[in-house]
Amino acid sequence: MCCTDMALAYVEAHAAWSEANTKPSLDRDYSAFAAALPDGSARAEFAVEGVRCAACMNAIERGLAPLPGVASARLNVSDRRLAVTWSPEAEPDIPAVLAALDALGYTAQPFAPGGIADAESAETRRLIRALAVAGFASMNVMLLAISVWAGNVSDMAPENRDLFHWIQAVIALPAAAYAGRPFYEGAFRGLRAGRVTMDFPITLGVVLTLVMSVVETLSGAAHAYFDGAVMLLFFLLIGRVLDQTMRRRMRACAENLAALRSARATLAEPEGGLRDVPLAELAPGARILVRPGERVPADGLVEHGVSDLDQSLVTGETAAVTVRGGDRVFAGALNGSGALTMRVTATTGATLLDEVEGLMRRALEARSRALVLADRATRLYVPLVHATAALTLVGWLAAGAGWHAALLDAVAVLIVTCPCALGLAIPAVQVVAAGALFREGVLLNDGEALERFAAIDTVVFDKTGTLTLPEPVLAAGTFDPGALANAARLALSSRHPMAAALAAAAGGSGPFPGAEEAAGLGVRAVVDGVELRLGSARFCGAEDQAAAALAADPEASVICFRAGDGPPAVFPVRQALRPDACAVVAELERTGRRVLVLSGDRAPAVAAVAGRLGIAEWEAELTPQDKIARIEALRAGGRHVLMVGDGLNDAPALAAAHASLSPVTASHVSQAAADALFLGRSLAPVLSVLAAGRRARRLMLQNLWFSAAYNVLAVPLAAAGLVTPLIAALAMSGSSVVVTLNALRARLDTARPQPADGPAVAATVAGTA
Amino acid sequence: MTVLLLVIPIALALGTLGLAAFLWALRTGQYDDIEGAEYRVLHDD
Repeated sequence: MCCTDMALAYVEAHAAWSEANTKPSLDRDYSAFAAALPDGSARAEFAVEGVRCAACMNAIERGLAPLPGVASARLNVSDRRLAVTWSPEAEPDIPAVLAALDALGYTAQPFAPGGIADAESAETRRLIRALAVAGFASMNVMLLAISVWAGNVSDMAPENRDLFHWIQAVIALPAAAYAGRPFYEGAFRGLRAGRVTMDFPITLGVVLTLVMSVVETLSGAAHAYFDGAVMLLFFLLIGRVLDQTMRRRMRACAENLAALRSARATLAEPEGGLRDVPLAELAPGARILVRPGERVPADGLVEHGVSDLDQSLVTGETAAVTVRGGDRVFAGALNGSGALTMRVTATTGATLLDEVEGLMRRALEARSRALVLADRATRLYVPLVHATAALTLVGWLAAGAGWHAALLDAVAVLIVTCPCALGLAIPAVQVVAAGALFREGVLLNDGEALERFAAIDTVVFDKTGTLTLPEPVLAAGTFDPGALANAARLALSSRHPMAAALAAAAGGSGPFPGAEEAAGLGVRAVVDGVELRLGSARFCGAEDQAAAALAADPEASVICFRAGDGPPAVFPVRQALRPDACAVVAELERTGRRVLVLSGDRAPAVAAVAGRLGIAEWEAELTPQDKIARIEALRAGGRHVLMVGDGLNDAPALAAAHASLSPVTASHVSQAAADALFLGRSLAPVLSVLAAGRRARRLMLQNLWFSAAYNVLAVPLAAAGLVTPLIAALAMSGSSVVVTLNALRARLDTARPQPADGPAVAATVAGTA
Repeated sequence: MTVLLLVIPIALALGTLGLAAFLWALRTGQYDDIEGAEYRVLHDD
């Protein structure tokens, strides 16, 4: 037996049920999480849970400062992330930081230094710099422009006016060249892909306005439109920056959750020792250790160890599956009683994950991406505006005006219809609505999903982890209070999920000192000379009672307790419905939506849940293919389906549905497939997203209609040659402000508190519907 | 009107100064944690 095996055997024997499990006696090596900085110092980022206020920030930063080698510790309160830098001569000691945070009462996880996040923040900075330049330019140009407008109606000398125009050109041209780049690049990318995006009319408008203004300045004309061009860029950049900031915040939040849910694995090194690595560093063939209470981080084969796995996140099946050496296990399964050593396998053919991913790809390709409002508006707007401009040109030429006058008016049409209001109409609503949902605990993956949520008339639920809570709870019943209290105290020494349910049911005093594990069986402690045992029926000698309890409640699992030779107590533990599931389902049906349950679990378990919720349409024992087939059948019947699910087996259905929602406890694949994630134990976010979607769509339509009405008024004026720069500036800023203010209503409507229980939810939703 | 030759450059210079200050603040990460900044201002140290 090599030293690794001895180390693993040690951990398997002692980590399983002992308290030391949470702080393993074997050192874990976190060095993969520390990044070297150019000056030789090291830096690591942590996602921190439980940061609420200034006091937390002080406590953490001051608590970490005295650690040896720590040069600085800085908490980012917005992102809930802590950056720790070590001085160049010191060795980065991540476990010490984690221990210090733990002592302060915060859960933290080191964060894999990521590349995507850096690219994202670089893009945000670029947009903000562009915004700053556009803001500076529009302020200064406007200052000069207003002087010209005032001068045109009083006694300004033509030489001064020309000078002012030239100064405006010197400011506006470089500023527009710099600040407009995001739009020019977007327009160019779109054209190369054969599409006309909203960036195209923006680019055309800005460039034409600037060219015309320079020409007018050269000829000493009374009007130039430099202020219009830079102001347009300024307004549109505000929209872009808001949008980008929202996306970045959502992503940061999702990444923190992923880190805290331990997106990492414990690698068993060939030369011995255990090392914590980010999931991304796991290569096929790597040997990893999965402790009790941890999730299996990757697909693989069990090498040794025996344990019960809760595969509900993978298959929807609630009954535990026993695995031993040679068995295949899937990422996302929750390890129950024993430590497992497994070898990561490459995902090659015929595994569940491959099948699911294949289905998802097909579902995403087939998804008839409903043409979103923004696309439809662009399709309508671009040809219409360009045709109007062309018509104006031809019309004036035909009417006998010269080329110069005709061109001027045609460009005026392009300027005045500048897609300012249109460019802000939809993103502004998306940003505000996503912010409002964020405060209700819903993270939107995709702003366009809001419109799809608005069309939903059918809601399909998965059962396990979606209608029910992801973690099991103690079933209702009458228990001997003394036995329950002792069992709960014993359970505190265990990380088995069923023990956690027991500990949560009867909180209170701490664990028994000296409680020790019996690997794979349970936990025991000697208190006042009496041996207390908690664990499997065999371990407690309670087979008969356990069988009786299981016969009474086939959905439950049992955990047994015995004090000395006394009568054993049996505690049934089962999946519980989310606290407001009944009210939410009732409300969905009351508002005329069809509600279905499609589950991979056994029929009796699904029937029981559907019965309690009053859902008539349910199906059980479905494979991922079956779920897709059911959803496609619904779609073929003209229904717009919202899929709510969390399991790996739900991921294809999430991708196939019109819109989709996942609890944040969902598997990674499902999280990526879902349009939005919701936090917490309540199911009310389902109602929130539907209400928010309808509200957002209504506001977007209002904004679009307003923009249309504005154009109907402004275009004839421009075509008639009546638009001066003053009118253009007023119209542009006025319409943008109206559209933005209207978008802010998406926030006002959700400002009222949303209680999480029964009838109150119904009332709130009825009020906002 | 020769005063314009003095006033306009001054106005532009002040504006540029503001822009430069903003870009500097952005580059040194002062907008990275807006929520934290409002607490930090109350720190004694």
